[in-house]
Amino acid sequence: MTTPDAYYLPPPSRWPLVGSLALLLLAAGFVMMLAKLNAGPYVMAAGGAMLIAMIAGWFGTVIRENQAGKLAGQMDVSFRWGMIWFIFSEVMFFAGFFGALFYARNLAVPGLAEAQLIWPGYAGGWPTAGPGLKENFTPMAAWGIPAVNTLILLSSGATVTWAHWGLKKNRRWQTVFGLVLTLALGAIFLALQAHEYLEAAFSIRTGIYGATFFMLTGFHGLHVTLGAIILTVILGRVLAGHFRTDDHFGFEAASWYWHFVDVVWLLLFVFVYWL
Amino acid sequence: MDAATLHPVHHEAHETGVMRWLTTTNHKDIGTLYLWFSLAMFLFAGSLAMLIRAELFQPGLQFLQPAVFNQLTAMHGLLMIFGAIMPAFVGFANWQVPLMIGAPDMAFPRLNNWSFWLLPAAACLLLASFFVPGGAMAAGWTLYPPLFIQGGIAYDMTILAIHILGISSILGAINIITTILNLRAPGMTLMKMPLFVWTWLITAFLLVAVMPILASVVTMLLTDRHFGTHFFDAAGGGDPVMFQHIFWFFGHPEVYIMILPAFGIVSTIIPTFARKPLFGYVSMVYAVASIAILSFMVWAHHMFTTGMPAAGQLFFMYSTMLIAVPTGVKVFNWVATLWRGSISFETPMLFALAVVFLFTIGGFSGLVLAMVPVDIQLQDTYYVVAHFHYVLFSGAAMSIMAAIYYWLPKWTGHMYDERLGKLHFWLTTIAFNITFFPMHFLGLAGMPRRIPDYALQFAGFNMMASIGAFVLGASQLIFLYTVVKCIRGGAPAGDKPWDGATTLEWTLPSPAPYHSFATPPVLDEEPVHDHT
Amino acid sequence: MIAPTLGALGAMAGLAINLPPPATGIATEIYELHTLVLWICAGIFVVVFVPMFYALWRHRKARGHVAAGFHGNTRLEVVWTVIPMLILVGMAWPATRVVLAMKNVGGSDLTIKVTGHQWKWEYEYLDDGPRFVSNLATPREQIDNGQPKSDHYLLEVDKPLVVPTGRKVRLVFTATDVIHSWWVPAIGVKQDAIPGFIREAWFQVDQAGVFRGQCAELCGVGHAFMPIVVEAVPPERFAAWKTEQATATAIAAAAGKEFSLAELKTRGEQVYTTNCAVCHQPTGVGIAGTFPPLDRSPVATGAKAAHLDRVFHGKPGTAMQAFGPQLSDLDIAAVITYERNSWHNQAGDQLQPAEVAALRK
Repeated sequence: MTTPDAYYLPPPSRWPLVGSLALLLLAAGFVMMLAKLNAGPYVMAAGGAMLIAMIAGWFGTVIRENQAGKLAGQMDVSFRWGMIWFIFSEVMFFAGFFGALFYARNLAVPGLAEAQLIWPGYAGGWPTAGPGLKENFTPMAAWGIPAVNTLILLSSGATVTWAHWGLKKNRRWQTVFGLVLTLALGAIFLALQAHEYLEAAFSIRTGIYGATFFMLTGFHGLHVTLGAIILTVILGRVLAGHFRTDDHFGFEAASWYWHFVDVVWLLLFVFVYWL
Repeated sequence: MDAATLHPVHHEAHETGVMRWLTTTNHKDIGTLYLWFSLAMFLFAGSLAMLIRAELFQPGLQFLQPAVFNQLTAMHGLLMIFGAIMPAFVGFANWQVPLMIGAPDMAFPRLNNWSFWLLPAAACLLLASFFVPGGAMAAGWTLYPPLFIQGGIAYDMTILAIHILGISSILGAINIITTILNLRAPGMTLMKMPLFVWTWLITAFLLVAVMPILASVVTMLLTDRHFGTHFFDAAGGGDPVMFQHIFWFFGHPEVYIMILPAFGIVSTIIPTFARKPLFGYVSMVYAVASIAILSFMVWAHHMFTTGMPAAGQLFFMYSTMLIAVPTGVKVFNWVATLWRGSISFETPMLFALAVVFLFTIGGFSGLVLAMVPVDIQLQDTYYVVAHFHYVLFSGAAMSIMAAIYYWLPKWTGHMYDERLGKLHFWLTTIAFNITFFPMHFLGLAGMPRRIPDYALQFAGFNMMASIGAFVLGASQLIFLYTVVKCIRGGAPAGDKPWDGATTLEWTLPSPAPYHSFATPPVLDEEPVHDHT
Repeated sequence: MIAPTLGALGAMAGLAINLPPPATGIATEIYELHTLVLWICAGIFVVVFVPMFYALWRHRKARGHVAAGFHGNTRLEVVWTVIPMLILVGMAWPATRVVLAMKNVGGSDLTIKVTGHQWKWEYEYLDDGPRFVSNLATPREQIDNGQPKSDHYLLEVDKPLVVPTGRKVRLVFTATDVIHSWWVPAIGVKQDAIPGFIREAWFQVDQAGVFRGQCAELCGVGHAFMPIVVEAVPPERFAAWKTEQATATAIAAAAGKEFSLAELKTRGEQVYTTNCAVCHQPTGVGIAGTFPPLDRSPVATGAKAAHLDRVFHGKPGTAMQAFGPQLSDLDIAAVITYERNSWHNQAGDQLQPAEVAALRK
């Protein structure tokens, strides 16, 4: 009955179940850790291992299906929609934290400065650790490492696009070199971020400034790491010859994700570091 | 096309026994799982409500301590919203969206399985939280800090459960959007889609947009609790009210996530039993879209008593009142669909009509609450409890019941017991009103919500509400019995038990074959909604 | 159908079905606004549902009615989009007026700071007036159904908020632990009290009277048990009341008296019941996992100074608040002495008010 063009329906799979159990274990272990139970980290480790196995197994299956030519045509369009909406959901996740930053700067802190009855002498302004902590700290300056990091990440967006051109024009060395360059720039970015974290004159406990700074840049850093892992897999697939000039959505999805991470950084640079 | 062509010999046999359900990639199996999960949560969270009403039967503390009472109200809300109503609608989407657009399955069948099986994982965390030291989360389903920060282990379990529920909802919504955008049968343009599919497309968009916001704000709760951040602590420059803003930026679209599919169901059922095309299809689509867009601009109407500047109160009052316009259009369209129809009153139709009538009461109380000065009096009272139960029980939950009765014949191949269905309908509707209508009076007279004990002047209506609630709860056992009875047997339904139905699923045999529309169906030239 | 019947029956049975009689101008305007909106809704309700029920009856299949085929009418659809808009404008206009009036806190005659604590209200008259905590006065036995319930069950306090009639009273709100909400329906004020922030509201009562309300924002296990009573009295009586309060405070402060163990325990039991029993329970056993027990606890059986420190300064990040600013020296001394010498605790020692006073310096 099935023609080559028919929409591919995968057979039953155990990976989703493994994924659910993995997340349950991760969550349960995390709660146990917060409750200071000794078993917590072990349960979490078990959940984490399961999750990695699930991701490897599941994506492995998808790659094999793709290599078998099952995911072309209409399925390819589905993957595109799926990736677009997934990235949109990630954008909204960051929007929540950016919302917190804007709210705190424009409404919460001025509100506290007005509440002289409770916080006599508190002047507000940004950055601040709040009226109750009375902490003096040096905020992160924008025009040092962060500006360099902006250049690095923007360049990495360019190199990944250059790699994509290579793929489209069937210049393999360009694709490989572009990806390696992108990964290297990503690694330098992360290293500089780590350096900045270690040198920071404040911590996540430094009031609302520390909280928004570390949560926003921290989650961004996690996403860069994730993007880099994805690009590494893609590099492996390029080397394995998985992509054709006209059929390489895996590559495109990874580069879309990388660009998304890029744009988030730009916003971070402007609103967290600069303004 | 005949049944044989719609039931291709399939290449992969599904697994048997419990493994079938654990590993399935079939949209019908997954839809069924969602619906059973939802029913289980509905009965469990409903029994929490029975305990709440038992305690409130009389003034004084009878048999629940306030700490336990607060756990029950918080978990009743959380489980009904995330466990009962949302999964039920996703269950319908799973079963019906592919059937109604002529798709072979959902766009990502394996992901679909994961979206479901994440729910039991989250439910494990939430149910287990009743048994940890300190008991379950007791800060209300809205999780407001600083109260939430004071809680124990259960609060962390709640946060992580919400994360898992969020992943489930986002992945499920992406799947639904992709299915609708990419898997429609040739010829089914967007403006030919059944309204149920339209409402789900927009609902899924809302889900992808706001579930991550909820994830971000509960993450802030977690770091405030354990990792020293000060998002919601004034001493560190944070603000407890900031939580409410971010939460309700998720929360108000969430309200429409729970009601738009209900609109879709009503817009499917009423034309069927009025034997007349839906009035104003295009304006219905625009109304749903405008409700969705407006839902991002009204969030702070949940927070009028937090004390925002007059400009803020006025903006959110006007935008909230504006929602009455598209909502009104929908109700007018339903009434116009009924006008000069050929109306019959099978159980699904009874439920759908009750939804129109009772949801409108909830809409009116919503309009009353939109008026800032009146809201100042009514915020956090039983009036609000009455309002959202008129919207969520007689809007969402009763439309779910309507849809179950409507599609059960297609799913099982059997007709449900019409007598039992009608009994369930009348008991539910009457008991619902006895339970919740008096709550308007209680709220107006000054009874706050979320209290385990109350002043003597509230005793009369509370007793009435409790009696109604017990009948309402017991009636749902009839529902359970009727559904089980229908699955086990009954009069054969035939391909199309409802003569007025026009959507594609009724071209399939009943029960619908395990795999349907492997080759896309051919559509008539005329639009689906335009049958005369 | 059921609904209006219920309302009518309830009204006949003497149950309140509407907002309470308003005691301020704002509350009156809210009352009238609500009535207006309700009538508009009722009107729309009739316009929508009379045709619907007519169709359900007249256009039944059982009567042999054959369905018409129409599925749209642009003119009608425009009409029922535009008319509701106009109605909404008609509703928004008076509502806007009331909102602006509610926000106008200027030109007030006196300012009272209202602080929400788990689970009681503290009032401070900012213009040199008294400062006191207002607790639930309903005895625990009534809540546990051991005694018949009094008329104002759960809506009675030990010390009401006293305000003068005919004066504009400005309230500034805050809280120390979680969000509370100060609500007196007849006065038309409901305002959340937010820890670390100040919010404002105002009211003016013209007729003397007693007005009752309660906390409206979920604030933990004692949420149902933190009522508000406002007593509006003529300005002369208000002035007299203020003088009385000042004298009482002075006397309490000047008392360097030594108290006996029995005296302290008797007073301590009252203080304990009002302030501590909600969490730690009347028997001192607490609630497992949420509120620690005092009975046999290391704090209540250990060093006196540590016990005093905990009660005086509280325990940050928990529901255990700092009682130092809330209770008098005598009350703190009494309740600590009571806790150390009750249930299974037999410390045998006692704390004198002077020792608490020393901590305040």
